[in-house]
Amino acid sequence: MSLIEIKDLNIHYPIRSGFFNRITDYVYAVDGINFDIEEGETYGLIGESGSGKSTTGKAIVGLEKVTSGQILYNGQDVTNRHERKKIKYNKDVQMIFQDSMSSLNPRKRIEDIIAEPIRNFESMTDTEERDRVKELLDIVGMPSDSIYKYPHEFSGGQRQRIGVARAVATHPKLIVADEPVSALDLSVQAQVLNFMKQIQKEFNISYLFISHDLGVVKHMCRNLAIMHRGRLVEVGTREDIYNNPQHIYTKRLLAAIPKVNPSGREADKAHRREVEREFQDHQDKWYDKDGKVFPLQQITATHSVALPPDEVTQIKSEVG
Amino acid sequence: MDTSDELLLDIQHLHTAFRVHDHFYDAVDDISLTLHKNEILALVGESGSGKSTLATSIIGLHNPRNTKVTGDIMYNELNLVGLNEALFNRIRGNDIGMIFQDPLSALNPLMRIGEQIAESLVYHTKLNEKEREARVLQLLEQVGIPDPPLTAHQYPHELSGGMRQRVMIAIAIACKPPIIIADEPTTALDVTIQAQILDLLEDIQKEIGSGILLITHDLGVVAETADTVAVMYSGQIVEQGSVYQVFEHPLHPYTRSLLRSMPQADSDDEELHVIQGTVPSLVNMQRTGDRFAPRIPWMPASSHEEHPVLHEVEPGHLVRCTCYKTFYFPDEKEAAAAGAPQNANEGE
Repeated sequence: MSLIEIKDLNIHYPIRSGFFNRITDYVYAVDGINFDIEEGETYGLIGESGSGKSTTGKAIVGLEKVTSGQILYNGQDVTNRHERKKIKYNKDVQMIFQDSMSSLNPRKRIEDIIAEPIRNFESMTDTEERDRVKELLDIVGMPSDSIYKYPHEFSGGQRQRIGVARAVATHPKLIVADEPVSALDLSVQAQVLNFMKQIQKEFNISYLFISHDLGVVKHMCRNLAIMHRGRLVEVGTREDIYNNPQHIYTKRLLAAIPKVNPSGREADKAHRREVEREFQDHQDKWYDKDGKVFPLQQITATHSVALPPDEVTQIKSEVG
Repeated sequence: MDTSDELLLDIQHLHTAFRVHDHFYDAVDDISLTLHKNEILALVGESGSGKSTLATSIIGLHNPRNTKVTGDIMYNELNLVGLNEALFNRIRGNDIGMIFQDPLSALNPLMRIGEQIAESLVYHTKLNEKEREARVLQLLEQVGIPDPPLTAHQYPHELSGGMRQRVMIAIAIACKPPIIIADEPTTALDVTIQAQILDLLEDIQKEIGSGILLITHDLGVVAETADTVAVMYSGQIVEQGSVYQVFEHPLHPYTRSLLRSMPQADSDDEELHVIQGTVPSLVNMQRTGDRFAPRIPWMPASSHEEHPVLHEVEPGHLVRCTCYKTFYFPDEKEAAAAGAPQNANEGE
């Protein structure tokens, strides 16, 4: 049994218009997705802005109302609030946000920021609590005298590490990390990613790693899913997605990553333009008549692609 | 790059100092650079390295009360340092176009897209209203906007991030300036949009033959687009050369560390390389000796120069300080054993 199972998750926002402000249509932010996260693994969710990846992450921590579908935690349904409360789900699932400046309260000291989840879920004396906060700061490599400081006194990378410390404060089983390093410089990004990996090993935490950066995801995740227009277009292991991409959208994303190899850049560019042309010209082949992504079809044990059924049999025969 | 191309911008010994508590601190410290026609010069560095300060010094966007700019920025026999505001206004937009990082805050939210693009045409050209309108539509089409007449009547908030950045580019190239400064033009964009915008910049450059100063922290973007590269650290250039020289034979410890900290490892257990310490702030910056030395503490002091200068190791390839000759990463044991005299920690 997986730690988290997402079953046919739908999140739709109503569009109201007209004289009586009636619901005239819906925005299908998340439109029927399924995936599982195993214990201790890092699952990557990749997509461009507007693909619904952050909405999915928020739904898992319970910050977004689910329209239909189920989220199972250790086999128990945690889709609505009462069920989450019963099993202390909110203690076991925490979140790291992208923008550390706006996710840390500017008027609270670091001690209070990190202690907040502890105060919510555990009863500790003041000294126990302070020791725990210092211990957490130590885990993320920050000096213990920073508990008296305020968020603005730290640099971006340090603030992001405070966010990590807050997320691990209650010994969670799963951390939803929504673009945790997108706002950071390269060297600081490496630092935060290393900390995340260390903490994972130490406490056996699972991550749902939401990102648009395919390089970072490749480094962090063994299994990943690519999301586009509210649906999953391709799901598989790292090797499946990076070495054998099947959907044009995945190919397009991979082709767009700038490579650190100046001598191959003309070839890369030609390849990118070719993929882009195919993406533009053959929309009907890859998307159905409403412009939606097809349902996922399995091609190998680990690899699924959203393609029309006849295409899949063709690929299967090539693979087999 | 063809060095025989016409010299556009010649920056010599530029210093830009900011006032902090009644002291002036150099954010840009003795930088010399040249930009030629048809060249894309990339300026790379982390936040706080002074790369954007250099750009804003070139187009004179600093408040003279709190900033001191010294040195020379020669553009066509004209020194842009200390130029008066009236003359500068003739140069901005007309001779130097600027593309900012965040188009939503750089565009005026109360002005229609068409008017914003036409603005610099009003100042710098003698076109009448009809001609301006035609030019605006032509520009919008050139930057790949699908429906120019519609977009010209829209406001910035009605466009997506990629479209806004295209509008910024249209504004920057409206007067076909010989120099374009692009400050992190793709940082806020998705990878596929980023690729489109970079292609667009290159196409435009081919068309009007400008020299582009591309400021970015993304090494991938640099490797894909630039002709020449200058790596900045703490207000100084630490390595400079053609894109092939810098990426295929990086020499300075900072360049090598940056390239090494990029996540591109295939093995999932491998740790990313972390550069020790942090980028020093303007006030706390150490201004003598090698500024990168505190972040590579395993290198003996004798490997650094007392007053590091740029050394030309190959024609066009410059490296600051001599420490690159003996530099190794602590985990490269073989290299350390074979390399220079140092105290290997994991000896026995």
